[in-house]
Amino acid sequence: MKRIGIDVGGTNTDAVLVNDGRVEAAVKAPTSADVTGGIVAAMRKLRTQTGDAADVGAILIGTTHFINAVIQRKHLNKVAAIRIGAPATMALPPFCDWPQDLADLADGGVWAVEGAHDYDGRRFMPLNVAQVRAAAREIRQRGLRHAAVTAMFSPLTSADEEAVAGILREEVPDIAVTCSHLLGGIGLLERENAALLNTALIALARETIKGFEDAMRDGGVEAPLYITQNDGTVAAAARATKLPVYSFASGPTNSMRGAAYLSSLKHAIVVDVGGTTTDFGHLQNGFPRQANAVVHVGGVRTLFRMPDLISIGLGGGSLVDAAQIAIGPHSVGFRLTEKALVFGGTQLTGTDIAVAAGLLDLGDRSRVAHLSPALVKSVLKRAQTMVEEHVDRIKTKAGDVTLLAVGGGAFLVPDRLAGVKRVVRVEHGDCANAVGAAIAQVSGEVDQVFQDLPRAEAIARARAFADQRAIEAGADATTLTLIEAEDIPIAYLPGNALRVRVKVVGDIEARARSTRDARDVRHQYA
Amino acid sequence: MTELSADDIEALAVGAWILGTGGGGSPYHGLLNMRRLYREGLRVTLMDPITLADDDEVAVVSYMGAPLVTQERLVDSRLTARSVELMEGYLGRKFRGVMAIEIGGGNSIQPLMAAAHLGIPVIDADAMGRAYPEAQMTTFAVDDLSPAPLTSVDPRGNEVIVSRVASWSWMERTSRRVCTGFGSIAATCKAPRTGAEVKRWGIPHTTTKAIRLGKTVMDANRRHQDPIDAILEAEQGKRLFAGKVVEVERRTTEGFLRGKAALEGERHDRIVIDFQNEWTVVWRDDAPLASTPELICVLDSDTGEAIGTEMVRYGQRVTVIVLPSPEIFLTPRGLQLVGPRAFGHDIDFRSVFAS
Repeated sequence: MKRIGIDVGGTNTDAVLVNDGRVEAAVKAPTSADVTGGIVAAMRKLRTQTGDAADVGAILIGTTHFINAVIQRKHLNKVAAIRIGAPATMALPPFCDWPQDLADLADGGVWAVEGAHDYDGRRFMPLNVAQVRAAAREIRQRGLRHAAVTAMFSPLTSADEEAVAGILREEVPDIAVTCSHLLGGIGLLERENAALLNTALIALARETIKGFEDAMRDGGVEAPLYITQNDGTVAAAARATKLPVYSFASGPTNSMRGAAYLSSLKHAIVVDVGGTTTDFGHLQNGFPRQANAVVHVGGVRTLFRMPDLISIGLGGGSLVDAAQIAIGPHSVGFRLTEKALVFGGTQLTGTDIAVAAGLLDLGDRSRVAHLSPALVKSVLKRAQTMVEEHVDRIKTKAGDVTLLAVGGGAFLVPDRLAGVKRVVRVEHGDCANAVGAAIAQVSGEVDQVFQDLPRAEAIARARAFADQRAIEAGADATTLTLIEAEDIPIAYLPGNALRVRVKVVGDIEARARSTRDARDVRHQYA
Repeated sequence: MTELSADDIEALAVGAWILGTGGGGSPYHGLLNMRRLYREGLRVTLMDPITLADDDEVAVVSYMGAPLVTQERLVDSRLTARSVELMEGYLGRKFRGVMAIEIGGGNSIQPLMAAAHLGIPVIDADAMGRAYPEAQMTTFAVDDLSPAPLTSVDPRGNEVIVSRVASWSWMERTSRRVCTGFGSIAATCKAPRTGAEVKRWGIPHTTTKAIRLGKTVMDANRRHQDPIDAILEAEQGKRLFAGKVVEVERRTTEGFLRGKAALEGERHDRIVIDFQNEWTVVWRDDAPLASTPELICVLDSDTGEAIGTEMVRYGQRVTVIVLPSPEIFLTPRGLQLVGPRAFGHDIDFRSVFAS
């Protein structure tokens, strides 16, 4: 099956055509303010290289548009927040730990209702349906059309969130509802925050994804559209419209997935060196390891699946301080081709050092001839130390690792490093992000507490739930594989409580005509 | 009597987390409650325990239960206040003030919440000087003060009074059972203390200490100075080890989170720290370097932020420091309750501050 992968970055929109697992074309176009303009331009460039795109089986897009909207406080809609769990939890109502400017934009009102469950599945309080109906009518009267529903312990028992969502849909025509259990695990405020942010982005997500679909149609492509997510998998456009927060970290994730695919490595540390920053991540089973900790987005504490990344200010455009033998964190950024010495500028950058060292053939080499070999050597050594230290930080246990070096600035990563077995570089490493989008699969995930069950049985039950979720999300049931299983014992709970996180992935379920092709692709990267 | 500012309370949350010595639960929800109460115009004053009259009565409060459940039920200032009111009703007397049982972690903010609602001062003292995993690991138990009565409340209007128990361990068993019935979380008011008892057995000025500790770290970070140097200087602590985490092992047994973390220094020297919710003993080559009741704090080497036993993981750059223990716990009876043997380590306590 032919797939087009597109990664919309801050500066460039990268696009690749992958056919039966091979990268057949790769192009770059400047990212446009409306996002879709850059995509249309990239698609046009791609078509001039590959011809007709009618037989493309899927288009997969990664975008940072939604997280940027939160950070820049733009395009957010008002949210009706419904909290189920009264009389508990109400001392800390929805939006209570949001930055004021963001709350002002998103807070459309807060409703508390009795209900919810405890950690062991027992009812905390009966769901007060009369309160829910009253809240729904008020929401309708106030003209609100987007609601976030959060119940205490909903990742363990989601029934009340689903019941309230159902009542809201009955009472308020065209309402879009986000249930928190779809977004996160234990941690009510953080999970609710994810649901509130998600709901505040629904109008933008609809508009943006419709823009993508229009751009595809204008480009003569009729293939189904998928949006890439934080964990390196994709969601069908209709589902992604409902879960925009799941695409928050898709950029670095796609790079890591692309690096894994291009190298055929499943376990490695990935270092992605760009112009200004370097991201370090950890591939496990070909996927980025997920952070199991609070992540702040635009000043809001959230807890949902995001890759565990370390970013530092090191890149090809990093400014070099010759006196201090320091490199970064300041950078000339996208102005590299006017500011760097080798391009006739006046700033000493990481790129100049690499050219002087003979690691890179770029610009006018004579312009860096005056740099002393000792300086060049010590700056490269400094970059090496920075990479070594952060490779070690992203590891989960001691021992030498394989390091995958990708990105336009990967020349700053030497072939020999402390704590590294070998450094692997790949063809098309500079567009690993778009490749990561093109080859993405579909996932299902479970995070649940089990009690009084043998460990193996608890994990098996979690696995069955995860499989079911993946199939619902559009995975081909015959291709599901387990990529993550983690169990954490819990303190101060009776009955040997065990929290189990399980994740499975499978290929996108192909249309009847391309079933065979999809299987072929799978074997290519199995 | 001094009024606490909003900044004092922010600093308290940072300092209390360090005094949690790896456990005690996050003070974040308590802090959010206090921000709300201060926005509503309520204020809290801090009272020096020395100024208590001998026959004054002081309420002692804490949340009891599983931190995981708190993450969903959240912390509610009114429940803590209710547990104190219930105790006042039972005793038929009003409290002069309210104090923490445990200054380490989330329970540090509990008395502030009750005090804000009830309009009484917070007594600047606690009964642990840090965090400990069991209710009888207090200075009050050192003197065998009465463990009862105890009130326990949940948000649905369920209220239980444990009026009398045979011993501290019966109080742990009985109140734990009530707590489990409520959903493994309860706001509790422990056995009240007289002014004389607080002055004799309480650990004085620990709220002030937590605030000072928090301000030390926040100020050092603001000035780009080493926060750990600042802590050691301000609190007469001792730097034990700096290195990175190379191995973590965890298991839950009898409801506690137990395990160990191994750290490796720059010269490849290695230490191991055992934990039971909190850090208990530091080992080098099977010989103890430091142990409870002295405060073992594992801090992020760059930010000075405390690292809990639930969050410690491979690759973290950490510095282990030891802060002095309250004198009361260094007595034979104190060591029996909270020394290394109380955590299953058959070693004698030896202070890192002994020359």
